[in-house]
Amino acid sequence: MKIIYVDNNATTQVAPEVLQEMLPYFTETYGNPSSIHSFGGNVSYKLKEARARVAALLRAAPEEIVFTGCGTESDNTAIKAAILSSPDKKHIITTRVEHPAIKNLYEYLSKKGYRVTFVPVDRKGNLDIDFLYKNLSEDTAVVSIMWANNETGVIFPIEEIVAVIKERGIIFHTDAVQAVGKIPVDVSKVNVDMLSISGHKIHAPKGVGALYIRKGTKFFPFLIGGHQEKGRRGGTENVASIIGLGRAGELAADNLEVESGRVKFLRDKLENGILKRVPNSMVNGDIENRLPNTTSISFEFVEGEAILLMMDEFGICASSGSACTSGSLEPSHVLRAMGVPFTAAHGSIRFSLSKYNTQEEINYIIEKLPPIIARLRELSPFWDK
Amino acid sequence: MWEYTDEVKDHFLNPRNVGIIEDPDGMGEVGSMACGDALKLFFKLDENKKIKDAKFQTFGCASAIASSSALTEIIKGLTLEEAKKVTNEDIADFLGGLPKEKMHCSVLGRDALEKAIANYLGEEDKRIEGEIVCECFGVTDLEIERAVRENDLSTIEDVTNYIKAGGGCGNCHEKIQEIIDSILGREHPVKKKPAKLTNIQKIKMIEETFEREIKPALKKDGGDIKLIDVDGNIVFVRLQGMCASCSKSQVTLKHYVETKLRELVSSELVVEEVQ
Repeated sequence: MKIIYVDNNATTQVAPEVLQEMLPYFTETYGNPSSIHSFGGNVSYKLKEARARVAALLRAAPEEIVFTGCGTESDNTAIKAAILSSPDKKHIITTRVEHPAIKNLYEYLSKKGYRVTFVPVDRKGNLDIDFLYKNLSEDTAVVSIMWANNETGVIFPIEEIVAVIKERGIIFHTDAVQAVGKIPVDVSKVNVDMLSISGHKIHAPKGVGALYIRKGTKFFPFLIGGHQEKGRRGGTENVASIIGLGRAGELAADNLEVESGRVKFLRDKLENGILKRVPNSMVNGDIENRLPNTTSISFEFVEGEAILLMMDEFGICASSGSACTSGSLEPSHVLRAMGVPFTAAHGSIRFSLSKYNTQEEINYIIEKLPPIIARLRELSPFWDK
Repeated sequence: MWEYTDEVKDHFLNPRNVGIIEDPDGMGEVGSMACGDALKLFFKLDENKKIKDAKFQTFGCASAIASSSALTEIIKGLTLEEAKKVTNEDIADFLGGLPKEKMHCSVLGRDALEKAIANYLGEEDKRIEGEIVCECFGVTDLEIERAVRENDLSTIEDVTNYIKAGGGCGNCHEKIQEIIDSILGREHPVKKKPAKLTNIQKIKMIEETFEREIKPALKKDGGDIKLIDVDGNIVFVRLQGMCASCSKSQVTLKHYVETKLRELVSSELVVEEVQ
């Protein structure tokens, strides 16, 4: 069966160009970049190139990039470094719609004596910025706000926010895992202190990420060990994957126009096609202000896991904010924070596209999905034609 | 990705007996859209009072739909006496097992069946008895007790998997633990107060509570407290450090020390300050 993959906010295919560039570093050129001999040492030149490529994607300087094991590690590193650099401050701020990498870390810190403020969002998923500003205090150590939301694609006005936060001398971190490669993320214009990215969301492999740390930002390593990454992250480098991330970063920089052009076009086509054919369906999140590849659609009176498994029969891969898919009993914290009624939250499906999706695939989904919803509604005691 | 058996997949993709019975002998409706799953079950009896036909409508995930489908297949041909004995385990077994996080789907089926039978018999709904423990999912203490007994559950997580209780805000976890403990015959630590304390026991417990609970808490604020004497139920103390000069010390005494002592030693204790 052909796989129609529209779950690119979960993970992406490794780009063929990326894989090709990685392969020699598993086989022929397997040296350790820290070695003195040239067999290993030569690898370090390739790491340097990867660092420069990732830096270029963010318009940062190469020495401001630290490679990590994943987006979650980048987030943890950033927040822990921030609170260690202001040990007297016991207040930290984030939003109610963060990825678990930040959300659960903040909840953990709240049990360790930190006062935590979770900034709410409105019905469209836009941030309550006044609430954020009102809660800044002398005691605030760090503010962490995602650049774009993984479930709805809603983009937060980081440039505007960061200016206010920096004026107050508070450290600002952003989880830009979903934004990078989809919309311009330029740290030469946006004054963030730290920024997390993840390889596997931008067609590099799983198991590699990066943290941007602005020059002059106080830093404490999360993994303490060898001198790798200039002592900022101990542990032998995941060489091949870092090289892959470098190449993926380069491709992502070139790909931004495709994202805002063809990918957005396909996303809109998919969304409109579904909304037109399925009654009682609606988009979650601000349709103007969001990532070009993402749409979260709620289908009333049916449950998301059932939709996903029926789509799975046709090879269509998406995800859901329903409770049943995650093993928890409550629907996604993002949709609940937005005040999406439970009736709609349980039946929400996220489609997230990439440059590899085609017109035919989108047509196929538009053809296959409406009968699935109709069938599940026939089963549902709440559906009343 | 859940590990569903082929039977679950089959009953999900090709559910049996979907729909409504226009003039049913029994009808049971459980769950709600807010909870994420709901089931409406209908049955019709034949002249021998056996279940001739059963139909269902379900809102929910794959295992909820499969459990409902399995339930209708199980009960067809049964007498009501036989149907009454169907357990959630029977439904799960019929499907070759369910992931443990999905056991509540089988319980949903069993509950709907019970309701439908009660509806036929014209009985009151038994489920509304008891006191709500889990407010998120509207689960009562009696329902929790029953789930624990029938399925040999021993942890809060088990209870959540089977009947959802405790799966929301988590405020009821303590209560659920108490119910589990009382069924398993475990003594709950909070209830460890003997009915009547001897004077020696009482003084010892007061001393322990001072050392373990009260002093460390006051020390955080730069204060300290000394136990002077215990006369009957009156506990004489002297405040030291910051506490002695603090105008809030009376409040500290009454509200904190006394509450702690009453909670952990005896509800009759009164705290008095000596200068």
